[in-house]
Amino acid sequence: MTMQTNSEDLQRQSLSGLFWATCRREYLLSFRRKSDLVNPLIFFLMVATLFPLGVSPEPGFLAQLAPGVVWVAALLSTLLSMDALFRSDYEDGSLEQLLLSPQPLFLVVLAKVLAHWSVTGLALTVMAPLLGLMLFLPAEGMPGLMLSLLLGTPTLSLVGAIGAALTVGLRKGGVLISLLVLPLYIPVLIFGSSAVQAAVTGLPLGGYLALLGALLALALGLAPLAISAALRISMSS
Amino acid sequence: MPDQLLTVQNLFCERDDRVLFNRLGFSVAPGEIIQIEGQNGSGKTTLMRILSGLSRHYEGDIFWRGEPVEQVRDDFCRDLLYFGHQAGVKAVLTPQENLRWYAALSPAINAADIDHALEQVGLRGFEDVPCHSLSAGQNRRVSLARLYLSKAPLWILDEPFTAIDKKGVAAKEALLLRHAQRGGSVILTTHHELGIRGPVRKINLDQCAGTST
Amino acid sequence: MAEKKWMPRWFYQLASPRWCYQITGKLLPGFAVAALLLLAGGSIWALMFAPADYQQGNSFRIIYLHVPSAILAQSAYMLMAVAGAIGLIWKMKVADMVLKSAAPIGASMAVLALATGAIWGKPTWGSWWVWDARLTSMLILFFLYLGVMALNSAIENESTAAQASAVLSLVGVVNIPIIKYSVEWWNTLHQPATFKLTEKPAMPAEMWVPLLVMVIGFYCLFAVSLMMRLRNEIIWRERRTGWVRELLIKQ
Repeated sequence: MTMQTNSEDLQRQSLSGLFWATCRREYLLSFRRKSDLVNPLIFFLMVATLFPLGVSPEPGFLAQLAPGVVWVAALLSTLLSMDALFRSDYEDGSLEQLLLSPQPLFLVVLAKVLAHWSVTGLALTVMAPLLGLMLFLPAEGMPGLMLSLLLGTPTLSLVGAIGAALTVGLRKGGVLISLLVLPLYIPVLIFGSSAVQAAVTGLPLGGYLALLGALLALALGLAPLAISAALRISMSS
Repeated sequence: MPDQLLTVQNLFCERDDRVLFNRLGFSVAPGEIIQIEGQNGSGKTTLMRILSGLSRHYEGDIFWRGEPVEQVRDDFCRDLLYFGHQAGVKAVLTPQENLRWYAALSPAINAADIDHALEQVGLRGFEDVPCHSLSAGQNRRVSLARLYLSKAPLWILDEPFTAIDKKGVAAKEALLLRHAQRGGSVILTTHHELGIRGPVRKINLDQCAGTST
Repeated sequence: MAEKKWMPRWFYQLASPRWCYQITGKLLPGFAVAALLLLAGGSIWALMFAPADYQQGNSFRIIYLHVPSAILAQSAYMLMAVAGAIGLIWKMKVADMVLKSAAPIGASMAVLALATGAIWGKPTWGSWWVWDARLTSMLILFFLYLGVMALNSAIENESTAAQASAVLSLVGVVNIPIIKYSVEWWNTLHQPATFKLTEKPAMPAEMWVPLLVMVIGFYCLFAVSLMMRLRNEIIWRERRTGWVRELLIKQ
């Protein structure tokens, strides 16, 4: 009996060890290749700059557009960063080692996506008030903006990773990912930008955030399975 | 057939309308080294990927210790070391960091052995150098250090000696032989003439190819 | 193999492309005749005998195309997902082929639903396109179809392509209710109390019976085109097997 508990303990230890080892590796990778870290953020800023130039710099008008524009920009920059998630692992053969490991694949996948989110989605969330300022989003809207992005961007990363896993074996995965993933992003966009609008008009936020949280819970439960299956399929060709 | 580690029966695989092998069958006993031979494009790498479980595009049966491999996938993965065409080495990480992640992936490996393994492949003093400043051969060695860490009985090695110098090859051959003597098995492809005197069996894929259609 | 025994025998027969080719060959004429009769009868009934709508007059009659195509677009996606799941679980080649064959048909149904919606919108709302909840959901469904088709054509290996599309269509099927709900909710938020296209308070029987006939007719039409595409796909994929060669020599 004690033997069994010991081995169970050991296994649990090795699983959490794997989770943290993977996170650590992802952080090391992204901090040593800084362009991967910074490019989505610059893109985020640039997309938001296009709107005043393309539509109108008039503050009242921009304030009305701001929730949607910040959300669309965050969505596009997340999407832009997704292609790299598995591609370098695929190219250098690490993905083969990952798939042949006796450890549960979904755990490694989850660790990778969460690490990836914390350097993209979380960074976007922190940066969002700057864009809010540029687009004259009223100060009341800022908490709603940040909270909705905080709950919404992990879902975007998880769903985007499914697209990345499905296209990892293809040379030109970049455009294809957007075709696969953008329609799936629509609910998050709707609830996210509505949350910001509600915050601006002083309506309660709870319902929107609960919906975003529910989407996140669903994505956390199902996406790692879909990502793992997609990776196995992509690697088998 | 519990005395056989791996048994392959009636394996059939085609790629782009070309039959790579048909009715291929062999088995691997503990202590055997099997060298897969064949011309370029004869399907050596495909066979290695099928045996390792990466590719599922085949018909036929593969048994691991007498059980269908699909049903004992976890046990099989625990007992397998696969060395593929790409080394699986991240250029921006150091050899040590690379191997540490690999150790996390394979619970049987003791992370404390990493330094020793790196010494064995001649990378002492390079532990903290990012792999992109190492040569191609050295990068390959980082990956080969896994052979020294591994406790898995079955090794599937696809061209393990590419970009490795003569001295290194001799050391690796000695390692393979030692693995076999301890009761492990090796399936490998290589363009080198193996210098191993011992239980090496050759399987030529050119003879297994079906008639192309 | 023991775990498979609980499925009926025809299920495994379906797995054989040859058997599937033969059985669809037998079913095809029946469905074709049924589709022709139902669609012709339904159209004549709908256009000439069904009463005009008291609000929209005769322009509402496009409902007899719009509703069936919209229903079919959704059903085809469900079929794709079910075929995808079967293909992934039981590694059934025919299921992969069904998925691949159903995608373009479903996509064209979605286009038809969007086009008829737009044509209907012109006299009803005065513009070709309105961000109506149903039309928007249909547009997104069309995008989902495009994604599956793009993925399927981008991957060269046939069985990899089929499995990848299967995963994508399953992900899509989980998302469709969420998308539908979120779009409807977004719609009520931005356009309260618009006139809804199809939500009519209790349609009289003279109106919905021909609609039902058209829906069944569309299902038959869908079955016919699916079987035709499937048979093509079977012949193409099995072109190197003995039975296909025999078949070709016979013809």
